[in-house]
Amino acid sequence: MNLTKTLMASTALTVAAGMAHSDGHMANEMTIVSWGGAYSASQQNAYHKPYSEMTGVKIINDESSAEAVSKLRAMNEAGNVTWDLVDVEAADAIRLCDEGLAMEIDADEVLAAGADGSSATDDFGDSLISDCFIPQIVFSTTVGYRTDMVGDTPPTSICAIFDTDAYPGKRALNKRPIGNVEWALLCDGVAKDEIYDVLATPEGQERALAKLDTIKSDVIWWSAGADTPQLLADGEIVMGSTYNGRLFSVIAEQNQPVGMLWDAQMLDFDGWIIPKDLPEDRLARVMDYVKFATDTQRLADQAAYISYGPARASSAPLVGNHATLGIPMAEHMPTDPANASNVFVTNYEFWADYRDDIDAKFQAWLVK
Amino acid sequence: MALSALYPFFTSLSEQTCGDTMTDAPTSQTAASSAAEARISDAAHTGPMLAADGTPLKKSLNRALRLQKMRALALIAPLLIFVLVTFIAPIADMLFRSVENEIVSETLPKTTSMLAEWDAQGTDIPDEAVFEALYDDMFFAQEAKLHTRLGSRLNYELTGVSSLFRKSGRRVEDMGEVFQDQFEDLDDFWKTGENWNSFMASDDWLAQMDGWKKADGAQPRFEMRDGIAQTLPATAAAYARFADFIQYEDGDNLYKEDPWAIMYSALHKDLTGENDLASYTGPATEQLTAAAAEAAGFETVNYTEAFKDIDDDWHNLEVWQTIKVYSPTLTNGYFLNAIDMQKSVDGVEMRPENQQIYGILFWRTMVMSIAITASCIILGYPVAWILANLPTRQANLLLILVLLPFWTSLLVRTSAWKVMLQQQGVINDTLVWLGLVATDDRLALINNQTGTIIAMTHILLPFMILPLYSVMQTIQPSYLRAAKSLGATNWTAFWRVYFPQSIPGIGAGSILVFILAIGYYITPEIVGGTSGTFISNRIAYHISSSLNWGLGAALGAILLAAVLLLYYAYDKIVGIDNVKLG
Repeated sequence: MNLTKTLMASTALTVAAGMAHSDGHMANEMTIVSWGGAYSASQQNAYHKPYSEMTGVKIINDESSAEAVSKLRAMNEAGNVTWDLVDVEAADAIRLCDEGLAMEIDADEVLAAGADGSSATDDFGDSLISDCFIPQIVFSTTVGYRTDMVGDTPPTSICAIFDTDAYPGKRALNKRPIGNVEWALLCDGVAKDEIYDVLATPEGQERALAKLDTIKSDVIWWSAGADTPQLLADGEIVMGSTYNGRLFSVIAEQNQPVGMLWDAQMLDFDGWIIPKDLPEDRLARVMDYVKFATDTQRLADQAAYISYGPARASSAPLVGNHATLGIPMAEHMPTDPANASNVFVTNYEFWADYRDDIDAKFQAWLVK
Repeated sequence: MALSALYPFFTSLSEQTCGDTMTDAPTSQTAASSAAEARISDAAHTGPMLAADGTPLKKSLNRALRLQKMRALALIAPLLIFVLVTFIAPIADMLFRSVENEIVSETLPKTTSMLAEWDAQGTDIPDEAVFEALYDDMFFAQEAKLHTRLGSRLNYELTGVSSLFRKSGRRVEDMGEVFQDQFEDLDDFWKTGENWNSFMASDDWLAQMDGWKKADGAQPRFEMRDGIAQTLPATAAAYARFADFIQYEDGDNLYKEDPWAIMYSALHKDLTGENDLASYTGPATEQLTAAAAEAAGFETVNYTEAFKDIDDDWHNLEVWQTIKVYSPTLTNGYFLNAIDMQKSVDGVEMRPENQQIYGILFWRTMVMSIAITASCIILGYPVAWILANLPTRQANLLLILVLLPFWTSLLVRTSAWKVMLQQQGVINDTLVWLGLVATDDRLALINNQTGTIIAMTHILLPFMILPLYSVMQTIQPSYLRAAKSLGATNWTAFWRVYFPQSIPGIGAGSILVFILAIGYYITPEIVGGTSGTFISNRIAYHISSSLNWGLGAALGAILLAAVLLLYYAYDKIVGIDNVKLG
């Protein structure tokens, strides 16, 4: 009896509290989907907490970004999209946009202008790779190596992956063609600006696979971002590719004997998409949140928790120190001038077209 | 009041029914009486047995049984409905995707119907009429944002279609602007939607829409003016689609909506082609006649060239062949893809060898599942035997050890195997310490087939042990003793007496393990590397990553069919009655 009363009273209170905050047009709750782990934590610290404090909105975290594309499609078909905002990779954003599952946005209208006065379109620049994509961070796929297994000559070039004479041992590579085939061609002597032209031809694809074939027996193929750091820490591999933030955490936070390369890092973007056809009140809330969470200061704040670069040019000067280690973060960003001397920007148009084709060949090559 | 109003109806109905019965009655009565006579005479001799009330015993027994069956059915109905709704229906729906292909003809209705007459085997790309239809279809598709979806669908079949459609969607809007500009230069009348509505819409609709606001409720559905479809057929068709889209997709006020560029090209087509404008007397006659006089001199668009301007690929024969081949609403394309084949204009052919993977994967899945089942039998049989022959208390303790893995997460167990099996892992370290293996020549136990077989054998072992154990418990130990007392050796006693009795347990365990193994996905993904992955890993990839659900569904359907076929073969060879779960 007592319990029921307490429960009822507290429910009534919560409802009343919720009502007090509502301003009639915006939903009081939003479900944000992200990748989980340290990355989600950085978003919660930099975006969710300040936003919730400011507006009283309850943010529900869903860690389903890895399956976001298929889940969103299923929700859309069922006619019940429960997500308000989804964190996806650039390539997935293009796919969701093509499928009509993500909402197209006008960057200058929806996003805040840069702190330095530049328009959102200019400030985000190249990272606006799709009409549906709201960029958040720049990350890169790059190579980490065991400092104690490479002797006195630590690798300085990406082609060390293919050099099993100088660096014997296993290496870990992503179990999908994106990134690997570009590196293979680069190390097979193709000029950087011609790689996608070469890769568009069947001969070029064969050539990339032939190069990868030279190290096939030494490769462990990973499918989760956490695999390579673990393999490095265990000493299973001499080097392996993974996301730069993962390497930062192995090196700076866990103090493992690991070093990393910035040479030919594959730059990639990660950001938000808004599911299509949200009800009006939820859409208004999401728009409000997105404008806040992608402004110059917020993007710079996120860099204090994870070593991924802000997608806005105007955020770069504001990047400060790591929240717990206290070390300056700017030099660990993929976009830092010292690291960005040789970067490789993934061509999304190309991959949207060639993904199925090259993937089929890559998988056929893998199983043989 | 209400009843009395209905009364005449009731009486007429009942009269009619009575009448029917009356007319039927004599015949049915005679039939029944003659049957009864026959029965009585039969009963006196050799006929069917009768129940107390005179009906045949078989019939009344059936009735009683039917009642019982219905009651039983009612009891399981909740479960049955639950399974149907939550399990069978979604699976059927998913499998249907493997042949469903409506998207092409739905997005490009005009183009696909025009392509039916085009000779795909020839060397010429389709003619201008098809390109014009494509313009029409693409225009509406991009307004509805459906062109990109079709692009990614066709990209599964032909690389490059995805960006071709995306690019064309962006530029197709401008294609017909030439007409729009010329009409608007001719007369300001053509600029606004209200003017267009004044002659396209019926007077009724115009009257309803006059002064309509969103607050008034649902927008009255657009009605075409009588006769306008005969006068301006292309314009009317385009306007109907436009009206439908504005009212129901966008939810905007059609009355005030300015027409799209496509309306002007359609109008130009009507005014320069055959029309009966001369006999037209509706609103805007003056403007239409004036436009008709000028339209012949308008600058026009060659759609064939305009599409080539967007992308040369529109003049690529392969693109058109792909659209034509995938025009039907049902396709076997996904299934062909799932068995390493492909469709082309010349029929079905094998894929290039460097793209054939599914045959290998299906074969590998079968072989490895058999290997896993076999190792489960070899490892599980002795354990089950010990369990069955220990005193109950110790057996229960041991049983808990067998069941223990069930209580830990699958992911944890698989990850633990990773730590055990890797080259710097526990097993290799132990072997090196024992001196059995050189430190620079450690065994590769993971990221290959060995890893998958070891980890999956461990995970599926309880499914083999439990049925074996329950069958062995029922085997009388006295049989073995009897065999030995008659002079059999230990081996003969086991092989000739004990083993045959335990076969039903092996059968049950094997079916369980094999069917579970064939669809396993997490474990091969984590420990299988590239040579130890199964077909289910590719299905997962197509469902969650490439979004090619059609292909995923086709692969799943084949897998399901293979399992059912094996089950059928098992039933024929061993007999499913020989399977015992306890």
